[in-house]
Parts: sequence; C-alpha cells; structure tokens
Amino acid sequence: MSLGFVASQLFQTLLSVFLAPLMLGWVNQCRAWLQNRSGPGLLQPYSVLRKLFLKDAVLAHNASWLFRLTPYVVFGCMVLAVSIVPVLATDLPFSPAADVIALVGLFALARVFMALAAMDVGTAFGSLGARREMLVASLAEPALLMVFFTPALISQSTALTTIVETLAHKQLTLYPSLAFAAAAFVMLLLAENARVPVDNPATHLELTMIHEAMILEYSARHLALMEWAQALKLMTYTAIGIALFVPWGIAEAGYWAGLPLAIVALLAKLLAAGAALAVLEMVSAKMRIFRVPEFLGMAFLFAVLGMLTRILLGSAG
Amino acid sequence: MSNQLINLMAALLLLIAFAMLSQRRILRLIYLFAAQGFVLSMNTVIVALATKQPHLYASALITFGLKVIALPWLLHRLIDRLNVRWDVETLINIPTTMLVGILLVILSFNLALPISQLAGTITRGTLGIAMASVLLSLLMMITRRKAVPQVIGFLSLENGLFFAATSATYGMPMVVELGIALDVLVGTFIFGIFFFQIRETFDSLDIHHLEKLKDRG
Repeated sequence: MSLGFVASQLFQTLLSVFLAPLMLGWVNQCRAWLQNRSGPGLLQPYSVLRKLFLKDAVLAHNASWLFRLTPYVVFGCMVLAVSIVPVLATDLPFSPAADVIALVGLFALARVFMALAAMDVGTAFGSLGARREMLVASLAEPALLMVFFTPALISQSTALTTIVETLAHKQLTLYPSLAFAAAAFVMLLLAENARVPVDNPATHLELTMIHEAMILEYSARHLALMEWAQALKLMTYTAIGIALFVPWGIAEAGYWAGLPLAIVALLAKLLAAGAALAVLEMVSAKMRIFRVPEFLGMAFLFAVLGMLTRILLGSAG
Repeated sequence: MSNQLINLMAALLLLIAFAMLSQRRILRLIYLFAAQGFVLSMNTVIVALATKQPHLYASALITFGLKVIALPWLLHRLIDRLNVRWDVETLINIPTTMLVGILLVILSFNLALPISQLAGTITRGTLGIAMASVLLSLLMMITRRKAVPQVIGFLSLENGLFFAATSATYGMPMVVELGIALDVLVGTFIFGIFFFQIRETFDSLDIHHLEKLKDRG
C-alpha cells in the first residue's frame, strides 16, 4: 500500500468529518430562507459544537458505563461509515474492508448503542424515543439494503468504490432501475436522518420527537459528539446518494490531477443536495407516527421495483 | 443513447403509475397525471428523433396539449366546482395495493417478453412497462371509491395504451390518434356532467352508493 493511498483516504475522511457541520448549517440556512427568516448563519453548528466541548458534562446518578461509552461508539461508527464512501476519488484503501452491507451494519451498530443508552437512564422520554427509533429503523434497514442491491447488480460488486468506478468512469449509460432506487433512497434519507416527514429536527415537543428524545439526557462533550455524529450521518447519506446516483466528476484511482475538479464537483453537489433537502422538508408536513410504516413500506417496494426492472429488462435496465 | 433515454422514460412512467397508485389526495393525483402526460410526450419526441417519423412530432404535440394542459385544467375546474379540491381517500390499504402492483409488473413483463422478442422496433424493451402501466391504472380504478380518482385512473389507462402503441408500432395512424384524443376530451366532459348528476342524487361522490337499488318514489 503506497503513501498516496493512505493520504487519499485520510484526506477524504477528514474532509467529510469537518465538512459535515457545514452541510447541516447550509440545510438550516436554506430552511430559514424558505421560511422568510434570516437564519443562524452557516457556521452556527461549529459554534454549537465548540460551546458544548468547552462545558462540563453532567451525568445522571444512575447512568452506567454504557451511557458514557455510547457517544464515542456512535461517533466512531459514523467516521468509519463516511470513510468507506468515496467522495473525491475512488482509491480508498479502506473500502475493501467493508462493502455496502457492512455499511448498513455500521449504521445499525450505532443505532443499537444509541437506543440502549437512551433507555439506560430510565427516563420516559428516552425509552419512548428509543422504541420509535427502532420502529423506523426496522423498516428502513431492509429497504436500504434493497436500494444498495440495484447498483450492486449493475456493477457486479457490493464494494462502493467498484460501484462508483463502474457508474462514473465506464461508458455513460442511463439505468432506468436507478430511478426507482433513487426515489427509494431519498425517502430513506429523510426517515433515517430524522428529517421532516418522519421526525422534526428542530422541535423538542415530547409527543412527536424521535431522535431528540433519545439524546435528551446528554450534555456537554457527549452531546457534542452525538450532534456531530448526526451531522456526519446526514453527510454520509448525502455522499452515498451522490456516489450511487450522480457520481460524475469524481477522480479516478491514482489520477491526482482530477482532484481539484472533484472537489468543485463535490461542493456543488452538496450545495444542491442541501438546498433540495430543505425544499423537500418545507413542502411536506410531518406525518403521524403510524403513517411511517406505510411511507417506509413504499420506499421498500420502490427499491424492490428497481431491482425487478434491472433483472427483467436485462442489460438495458 | 436514444434507446437508453426511451428506457428511462418508460421507467419514469412506471414510477409515476406507482406514485398515483399510492396517492390519497385528489389534487396531487392531477399533478401526477400531468407529469405522466409530460413524460409521455417527451418519450414520443425521443422516438420521433430516433426513428425520423415526422407524424410522431404531431402526436407528441397533441399529447402535450391535451394531457399536460387541457385535461389537468379541466379536472382542476371540475374539482373546484364540485368543491372536492382537498378530498382525501382514506379507505385504501396502500401497502397491499403496492404489493399487488408489483405482482402485476412481474406478470406483464413475463407476458411481454415473447412479443417483444419478435418485434423489431427500437422501443421493444418497453412493451412490458407499457402493459404494466395499463394494468396498474386498472388496479387504481378498482381500489378507489371516489368518482374523480376513478376517472383519473381511466385517463392514465389511456396514457398506458398510447405508450404501448408508440413502443410496439411507432404510434397509430394520425386519424386514429386524433379520434382517440377527441374521445378522451369529450369523455372527460361527459364524466364531469356525470359527477354533478351523481352528487345531486346521492349528496356524495362515493361510487358505492350506485350499488344499492332504490325504489322510485
């Protein structure tokens, strides 16, 4: 393994990790503009994180080691997840270690720890949030796997780098099956990142919150890690969406001259994705929790339909 | 390249058909119907470009004028007049309907496979999708209780037939196409009159009232 490979991996991971709060800030800013507010500014998430890191942590009396360990596990999972996804170049030495199925597993691991920690302290809100989160997750996870299988069928591999290599650098082909997978993926992105139709990231209203209810007991550096992990999750999902459905512009393996173009392309795509996410959130109303299974069931069926189109249309699909 | 574009349009058509199947609100259904018409006319233009058949441009223009502008506008006026703009269909089981829809897709793909292997047209791969969208529209008509969604299902059935015609034989003769376009337009007018009749008699647009027999007097 050459030094260039390691540098590429490190650069991409660090870029994603430090760009994630900015992405969140951009989405919030877009939402504010759409609501005719001036907005908190793009750098607000960084200030929040700095403030939280400087504070002293307060723990509940009956909090166990699990409660204190969880923020680090969750943050670690998200960093690992984002380092599997190629954002700038397709040479990631890390990617053979984990494919898309492992990626789904990483999300699940983080989620299990979060739910356990939420129930650990024993407050009503914590277990309520954990149960709702598990309801959403149990439906979203198989759908996410199905979404990944369509591009995996096209490129004959479950490794993200190979998928991106096939989609971006081979002869330009349009795959109708990816249209279905993309529709399903957008629905899953909204559900998994606690965005509007499923959960509202801006509210602490006890009857509706899912994600916020789980991290209610955290403070200071623990809360900072949790929030950063949440921003990273959004970043990872956006990066996966870009990698699977609009991968053009990403640099080829070992082709360093393509890097500036790849950075510009990535920033442009992230800006567009953030704005689109804000618009999507603005035009949809939050649905009742019992409508969520229907929403995610539809996402699952769309993903299955994408796979079917791929199989039944053959090479044209 | 045009082959891929046609396949993409076909997939979009199928996607919209599924979206219509799962949509509860009448207003959104009309938007989806307009989007379906738009995709259909785009597809006709692409086929026309690829095969250099001039009459397909005219047919694309008719499709656009009728299915993207005229019919949605008519339906809009209708639901405004009937005051059902915000009507929501509550009594449909969407996941089950979608599952049945997927079975229909598999069925029609398998049915179309031997036919499309015989065809020599550039669009032969999409015959299965055309058939699937026809069947999905039928399914939508079966599952809805209200009158307006049923009519939208009927119109989208016509979209599927039109798409099948384009993909199997590069479109129908001009006279037939004009005739069908006129039929659909007049049909929608007549449906509009029916809606008012139904509502006057039953105070509701629920089709299930029509199933009961009533004494005259």
